[in-house]
Amino acid sequence: MNSATVRNLLVRGMLAGLAAGLLALVVAYFLGEPYVDKAIGFEESHAAAHEHEVELVSRSLQSTAGLATGVLIYGVAFGGIAALAYCFALGRVGRFSPRATALLLSGTALLAVYVVPFLKYPANPPAVGNGDTIGKRTTLYFLMMVLSVLLAVAATILGKRLAPKLGTWYATVVAVAAFAVAIGLAYAFLPVINEVPNDFPATVLWRFRLSALAIQVTLWGGFGLVFGELADRLFHPKPATLSTGTAVAASQ
Amino acid sequence: MAQHVAPPTATTPALPGKLPLKDIAPWAVFFGILMLVLLYFVGAEQGATAVVSGEDVHEWVHDARHLLGFPCH
Repeated sequence: MNSATVRNLLVRGMLAGLAAGLLALVVAYFLGEPYVDKAIGFEESHAAAHEHEVELVSRSLQSTAGLATGVLIYGVAFGGIAALAYCFALGRVGRFSPRATALLLSGTALLAVYVVPFLKYPANPPAVGNGDTIGKRTTLYFLMMVLSVLLAVAATILGKRLAPKLGTWYATVVAVAAFAVAIGLAYAFLPVINEVPNDFPATVLWRFRLSALAIQVTLWGGFGLVFGELADRLFHPKPATLSTGTAVAASQ
Repeated sequence: MAQHVAPPTATTPALPGKLPLKDIAPWAVFFGILMLVLLYFVGAEQGATAVVSGEDVHEWVHDARHLLGFPCH
């Protein structure tokens, strides 16, 4: 029975991830793509001396079908992982309803999976980033992501441990402060990466990064709301209760 | 109209209990790994490391990779 609940939540998580991915795709296409194009324009105007590379996938495919493939798979994959994390979190992080747990989880995931690594190693448009350092940059980015997620889990466990002694409020404050200090140390000790070309337009970089952030806020916000709704319907599958309640209330 | 005066017990259903870890574990291990493999192909394949040779995977998800914040070429 419980195993079936896990399977059900996993399927719902992946569906919610797909729905959130579709929303994020709209944001990516309309907010992000114009700056990808501007950055590629900059790249081409500065690479005139080089021979042009053979285009394996055309720009019009990259910005539509390619973008959709990437964003939707990302949504489904994170939706599945978040649903599994939700199975662990439900009833363990505190006395929250299925919907509140979903929103709390997706908010934390946005922060730990994306915002914290982003503040140290932000998203870069084409033309920003040296091809020779891709190995180092990939390692550092994923290291920052894993570190941030592990520290968020550790902070949650710390908060739960402290709650009986300090009370929920102060335990949460201490846990969040401990997370912030640990992340601050990681920021301070991990190497800085700055490969922005000197004459790269600052506005394009700023707008590109804002749109990258908007994509993630849409994705995780959408996921939290849709998945919370689907999980709630799994745990309270009684539309009859609602209509009876309304009928009783209406008759009063 | 008068829904808000209904007794709270009618509108606040019981909270679901904890799901046992032994029921979550097999799903978490199998699907967790599967999802991470998917993320790898969207985020990092044919960047620093490559399972499939060539540049096709990288080029196909190129825009998504930049906009989702992954390091890219």
